Amino acid sequence: MQHVSPIREPLVTGGKTYHDITEDVCRQVEAKPNVRWAAALAVALVGLAIFIYSVYRTLWYGIGEWGLNKTVGWAWDITNFVWWVGIGHAGTLISAILLLFRQKWRTSINRAAEAMTIFAVICAAMFPVLHMGRPWLAYWVLPLPNTFGSLWVNFNSPLLWDVFAISTYFSVSLVFWYIGLIPDFATIRDRATGPIARRAYALLSFGWTGSAKHWSRYETVSLILAGLATPLVLSVHTIVSFDFATSVIPGWHTTIFPPYFVAGAIFSGFAMVLTLMIITRKVFYLEDYITLEHVESMNKVIILTGSIVGIAYTTEFFIAWYSGVEYEQYAFINRAFGPYWWAYWSMMTCNVITPQLFWFRKIRRSLTATFIISIFVNIGMWFERFVIIVTSLHRDYLPSSWAMFSPTIIDIGVYVGTIGLFFTLFLLFCKYFPVINMAEVKHILKSSSDVKYPKKAATMHATDKDLNSNTHHNE
Amino acid sequence: MQDRIKYWKGIEELENTPEFEKHAHNEFPEFLPINGAEGGESASSGKTHRRDFLKLLGFSMAAVSLASCEAPVRKAIPYLNKPVDVEPGVANWYASTFYQGGDYNSILVKTREARPIKIEPNPSSGLTPLGTSPKAQGSLLGLYDTNRLRYPLIAGKEAKWEDVDNQIKSRLANVNGKVAFVSSTIISPSTKKLIDEFGSRFGNFEHVTFDVNSASGLLQANGGVIPGYDFSKANIIVGINADFLGTWVAPVPFAKQYIETRKINPDNPAMSRHYQFETILSLTGSNADVRVPIKPSEEAALVSALHNAVTGGGSASGTAVDAKLLTSVVKDLQANKGKALVVCGSNDPGVQELVKAINTAIGAEGATIDTAAPYYVKQGNDAAMLRLIEEMNAGSIGAVFFYNANPVYNHPLAARVASGLQKVGLKVSFADRVDETAKLADFVTPDHHYLESWNDFEPKRGFLSISQPVISPIFTTRQMQDSLLAWSNQSTDFYEYMRSNWRTVISGNFNEGWEKAVHDGVLENGTSLLKVSAPATTAPSGIRKVQPSAIEAVVYEKVAMGAGGENSNNPWLQELPDPVSKATWGNYVAMPRLMAEEMGVRQDDVLKVTFANNESIELPALIQPGQANGTVAIAMGFGRDLDAMPVAKGLGANAYSIATVNNGAVLYTSGVKLEKTNATSPIAQTQTHHTVMGRIVVQENTFANYKENPKEVTEYVRIATHEGPVKPATISLWDDYEYKNHHWGMVIDLNSCIGCGACTMSCNVENNIPVVGKAEVLMRREMHWMRIDRYYSAKEHEPKDYAEMEHPADNPTVIFQPMLCQHCNHAPCETVCPVAATMHSSEGINQMAYNRCVGTRYCANNCPYKVRRFNWFAYANNDKFGFNEPMNNDLGKMVLNPDVTVRGRGVMEKCSFCVQRVQLGKLEAKRENRRPKDGEIVTACAQSCPTEAIVFGDMKDPESRISKILARQQGERAFHVLEELNVQPNITYLTKIRNLA
Repeated sequence: MQHVSPIREPLVTGGKTYHDITEDVCRQVEAKPNVRWAAALAVALVGLAIFIYSVYRTLWYGIGEWGLNKTVGWAWDITNFVWWVGIGHAGTLISAILLLFRQKWRTSINRAAEAMTIFAVICAAMFPVLHMGRPWLAYWVLPLPNTFGSLWVNFNSPLLWDVFAISTYFSVSLVFWYIGLIPDFATIRDRATGPIARRAYALLSFGWTGSAKHWSRYETVSLILAGLATPLVLSVHTIVSFDFATSVIPGWHTTIFPPYFVAGAIFSGFAMVLTLMIITRKVFYLEDYITLEHVESMNKVIILTGSIVGIAYTTEFFIAWYSGVEYEQYAFINRAFGPYWWAYWSMMTCNVITPQLFWFRKIRRSLTATFIISIFVNIGMWFERFVIIVTSLHRDYLPSSWAMFSPTIIDIGVYVGTIGLFFTLFLLFCKYFPVINMAEVKHILKSSSDVKYPKKAATMHATDKDLNSNTHHNE
Repeated sequence: MQDRIKYWKGIEELENTPEFEKHAHNEFPEFLPINGAEGGESASSGKTHRRDFLKLLGFSMAAVSLASCEAPVRKAIPYLNKPVDVEPGVANWYASTFYQGGDYNSILVKTREARPIKIEPNPSSGLTPLGTSPKAQGSLLGLYDTNRLRYPLIAGKEAKWEDVDNQIKSRLANVNGKVAFVSSTIISPSTKKLIDEFGSRFGNFEHVTFDVNSASGLLQANGGVIPGYDFSKANIIVGINADFLGTWVAPVPFAKQYIETRKINPDNPAMSRHYQFETILSLTGSNADVRVPIKPSEEAALVSALHNAVTGGGSASGTAVDAKLLTSVVKDLQANKGKALVVCGSNDPGVQELVKAINTAIGAEGATIDTAAPYYVKQGNDAAMLRLIEEMNAGSIGAVFFYNANPVYNHPLAARVASGLQKVGLKVSFADRVDETAKLADFVTPDHHYLESWNDFEPKRGFLSISQPVISPIFTTRQMQDSLLAWSNQSTDFYEYMRSNWRTVISGNFNEGWEKAVHDGVLENGTSLLKVSAPATTAPSGIRKVQPSAIEAVVYEKVAMGAGGENSNNPWLQELPDPVSKATWGNYVAMPRLMAEEMGVRQDDVLKVTFANNESIELPALIQPGQANGTVAIAMGFGRDLDAMPVAKGLGANAYSIATVNNGAVLYTSGVKLEKTNATSPIAQTQTHHTVMGRIVVQENTFANYKENPKEVTEYVRIATHEGPVKPATISLWDDYEYKNHHWGMVIDLNSCIGCGACTMSCNVENNIPVVGKAEVLMRREMHWMRIDRYYSAKEHEPKDYAEMEHPADNPTVIFQPMLCQHCNHAPCETVCPVAATMHSSEGINQMAYNRCVGTRYCANNCPYKVRRFNWFAYANNDKFGFNEPMNNDLGKMVLNPDVTVRGRGVMEKCSFCVQRVQLGKLEAKRENRRPKDGEIVTACAQSCPTEAIVFGDMKDPESRISKILARQQGERAFHVLEELNVQPNITYLTKIRNLA
């Protein structure tokens, strides 16, 4: 255990004991669904229904149901894809990179952030399949042995790299998340009263006993996976950016894309974590675990990545001018002042200007302000991808082909629908899985709780009556 | 023991019920008694046992699921007795002729398994050896139109030919009054003779020729024929409202002649200068060196001024046209006596008299006008038609026949025609479907499609050609000529009639000569068959005054649609973009920017157009640069509301009322009133950005510069390196392909391309390109592999003032650029496909493996030329695209090229360099153990180009035409589009040269 300065702000407040943590987290799982949750789920299911209908139309009639055309071959589909992948960046960043850097504040948010990652990646992964003209042949992008002779995938294609990047990212994130869940599942299993719950959680917990050997393996695997996941955080969006950067289209063909995309992804991922966490902590009374400290830390990441993104936007303009390439120059002038100027300026406002408000400590620590700004960032980052994809394509080289894109109702339905899908999954997760990593929070409780305790009597068990300041759950 | 063994056929026989005995002698009894397995209770008692129920349930479940799995049965029936000349998989070619409303093409028809699938130019023809018009290409689909009449009609009801013949014969025998035969121009000598013979039986007979877009004035001024214009001999060409490259008189032969003077021979550069004065921005005006917009009311004054200046030596003044410019026109004309030509599209005989006088004065006759060989392609006599309408209304017409004529729809006095018809005793229409006129006819005796008929043609004196049936008649139709023969009680058929008529022109052994003429499709031995005389009825002479009005409107013919709406039901032609406006599927009010701004009208705003006769139509506005200010233009041939033309239903509006009768002549202009409505109706254009934004995508220069230094006319991009500027192709990260055998390439001469769209149409037919319809074109999803980009010059602007650059000039210069897959050697599409569905061939062709495509569209996004097309929907076998006839009904499907896959939903497609033709050419050469000869393999676009703007060939062969052009033009006019990207296209363009005054 490393040393924690006593003047650091505590990461767990409210004088929680180990037992309190178990109680606070398990309460959501074990109790009857709360009304607010049920209402939220109902809304999410409506979104899911929209998703199913829109996907049905797309699959049954063809991609023509969307607003794409001969000039703009990608629009909302890939915008949504990149947006969701970006959102899916925060989870792994929090759990992997912050784990390696021993950032203790990550413990109470990593579970939900990772879940968010996985659901976001699921939503994202829908689009590369859905946007295909013949999605039933989607497996052709995998280098599978086949009976077509020597037919093989094209390893030159960034889309193929995408396939590998996304699938790797998804599987590593999933395993990482699940490994982290095992000790908590075991806790729930041990507390479960109903036969179904007991059996289900027994199955989920893989026979975890909490022995020293198990803990040791758990730690090792976490570390290995963190090591594996760390390069992925950087690589996934780098590779997604290659879809554009390796092309010849002005506005896409840009070397700045990998770092710019990674920063943007973390930016949007943290924004989404904030959006979700601010709601969850309220709904599930987890204010003591997800504290203002957490919010502030994340806001600091947002201001950093937001500024990087802002610099990237400016750099693109500078390079377009500096390169002297006519097409490049026009692409950027067209972005800012062409027919899609509103998208560009929405992006600039939401991504570059609003996060700068976090320089003020008051705003940084205000939940309402943070929530609003996080929504702004989510919107801004969607527009960023829309701007990159659509405004670059709609006026590229030959003016004869210049065209406008406008979405159809199905385009909108698929997008809104993935949000429904995401929230359905997230709400189910909130209800049936422990939202906070109990094991890890307990781990840091001794060093980072707001309860100051004498070194000798180092115990945080609820049975030590004199130390228990939690009055809600006294036996 | 043996005889004791008894085998029963079943329980029934064992039981031997009376029921069974009744049917026992039937070998295959229809009645099969089914008895319950237990208890003998019959199923007919209505009781079903539990087990049976389960069995039935199981069976029906299995049957239903099996039935749903089953693929539809498709029968391929082989020939039992193979016809001698049909080899499955091998195409047969027959010479034939397409003629419609002046548009004449001598053609070859490609048939596969006895069905025509493609039309190509006939190289044996002296008039149209190079290419075809888009209409000729598209006419093929008319053959397979399911809306053609399948049988004759009597009073709108299906009838038998015998009944029709008997009734018509008996009614003709008792005809009371004059018999009139109304047709559009007939250039068939035999048909004309036959009609005259048919008419000679009647005491009072008249053959009235009615052309929708008529050249009556021109004919009247020139003794009933069109002067034998030869643009190839002209140094100075002045066109006045004559769209001679698109719609006027004989566009395909004219285009060939015109381009001879426009192609630049690098060794001896010469080029004609073309002035065009016109109201609409026509295809011809788009190609002119100097184009001046004039109002219709200014036309006569302009011609008079020119006439005075050229003949009298007076000054060319008193017109709205810039006097300086007019003086230079006159100077050019006078300096090029015998080498200049003035053509005018006016239908005013008086104006045409003046034009004739100008041509005489500048020595055109005998030089640029071949007086010995006039054109016959237009013979319409407006005065005669007008008189006929009056006679019909007066009740003096006893019988009228309509052949290729639909005046109830397309005559300016359509209402008078309709009212007159009610007073005619016998009305017979030969229309192929129930059109507006046929609706009012007593008998409709549907004519064959021209590809099912024998016929002969003489478009120009001394140029005879033949059409022969290339398919047996699909429906129970009958050729008009055969009908006439039947009604004249003649036993011979038209084939024999025509053969005997040709005896006079074929010298030597007739049978051999005839066979050869049919085989070649043309006979050009200087003899002539067609009898044309000066019109008996003429309009009064003198120049008609077109009253200037606030808004002068013209009604014009669209290049691909024709004048009379004959092609309205052809989805291929409907979707072929107008060469200039790039609009498809409908007509619109083309108005200049200034007028639109004054009226506060924006593109697609619906306007109410009120004609001089107080009728009105509603059409959306299209801002048309180059349209003369104070004028609007509306195309002919729209506003059909016929069940027999479902494709055209609801498209545009009928604007024939703009044409007015002025002192016995039909002038295609009048004043209209325009009112803005609150509605909008989007116009489906395939190109919505009209300027080139200062990019060197297309290149042009002046002839003066070219003569001075041909090396300076083309701008080449150079990339800055530490060793100084270098060619982009010299810096590469890529390995180059090695082409061992062939390296296919194409050269497109922007100077030769007139933008007509024949290549696009030809490509559509050859490559089974789907028609997607107006809604999808509006979604910018047309599928054409070959398109013609049309750029207007921008209005005056500062460099890099992008907002200003977007706006075309009010009288722009126009440049056309055929754009198709560039078959890049470093193709950006090939690298990005995740499944390698698009890849490079060993012969330089960028190929698509449709079967492999999963449809990510990444290739299309990464294509700098945006030539890839995606199948957004299933366009074949899909009711939603029912108008896409070539793919949605069994008859329409006969037009499909069996060598080219019909692409399914969700795959990408694009130009393949007609790989099926390349492959065929190679195989044929291989069979003969030789290399393919240059010119043997040619893409559809190159083959159909009437001006030879496209040259396709093997760049590996140093002797090929393409290699020679490339070698000669390198560093002069040859350039690659977007060379700086180093995608190294296999298509090279040649810079356009304008001979500016």
